[in-house]
Amino acid sequence: MTWTEQIDSHSCVLLRIGERTFALAADQVAELVAPSRIFRFPHHTPELDGVILRRGRVVPVCDLAEKLTGKRLTSRRFYLIAWRQQAASKETVALPVSGECELIKADLTPAGPSDSPHVAAWLSHNGEVVEVLNLNALTPEIIPSHSAIVSEAAQEVRV
Amino acid sequence: MRFEAAHKHSTVRSEQIILFRSSSHLFAISSSSVQEVRSVDNLAGVATEINESRVPTVRHALRRGERCIYVVNVALHFGLKPSPAGLIFLLRKSRVALLLDGIEKMTTMTRLQALPAAFCHEERRWYRGLTVLEQNVLPVVSPDGFLTPDEFFLLDLAADKAQRELPSPPALPELGLVP
Repeated sequence: MTWTEQIDSHSCVLLRIGERTFALAADQVAELVAPSRIFRFPHHTPELDGVILRRGRVVPVCDLAEKLTGKRLTSRRFYLIAWRQQAASKETVALPVSGECELIKADLTPAGPSDSPHVAAWLSHNGEVVEVLNLNALTPEIIPSHSAIVSEAAQEVRV
Repeated sequence: MRFEAAHKHSTVRSEQIILFRSSSHLFAISSSSVQEVRSVDNLAGVATEINESRVPTVRHALRRGERCIYVVNVALHFGLKPSPAGLIFLLRKSRVALLLDGIEKMTTMTRLQALPAAFCHEERRWYRGLTVLEQNVLPVVSPDGFLTPDEFFLLDLAADKAQRELPSPPALPELGLVP
């Protein structure tokens, strides 16, 4: 049973990404911080921009805008630092947002089977229906790498 | 230039690293992983051309005794723009050499942070982790992350073929040249 099924009313944080408003469960949010320098290095995870340094810790920057709105963010006002479950552990990710965030309490409607995997639940706020995000569904998946392709080629040669 | 293996201290957990440049990016590698540093100019005439399309990051091999050492172009390996390479790192206890632009400096790292799990593709094999130096985040490369056993297998076949077709260049002497 997920948290959305356990309780009707839940604290959520509203966030603006481009022209749209989304929500995250408040217990997944660590802090809201001003944009800082992004450190970039080569990698193959397209959802990640790079990393920022926060209190001596490295936090990956995951831009959800393209996935959620179809457009890249033109301006980043803040980073919402959120917790994401990764296997048995939790780690933080920095989500670029384009406006201030708001903590609200709202009744949640659990997502249905026809909803996208990134929707954990729905809430209604000021007449707007808002998606409550499932961060785990928005994070990158492991796909077969180049080494797997080479491995197949080596097997072909060995046979 | 030859590097001795770094001594392990029981009290201070630190590691000597070399910061190197490739295509305007900075990377770190443990100095204990680097056996020799050579100028690319010194290797003219001792490198064999290799053509294995499934391993596009390797274009040359060096012969040392009975072993073939494969020269990995660091810029190509990391998907960066090709840049004029100036140095080669011959890695310790490895059949890999790295073709790179130059050394930025040698320094010490006291903390190696795991690569965040959100990075979930080949970079997990490429890097041992990340380190923070003077408020900069740098990836620390894994010496084992440049070529897989399968890539070695394909390169060995290509090197054998190249050796049969062309006369062998002289072997690379063990005691190296200063770049």
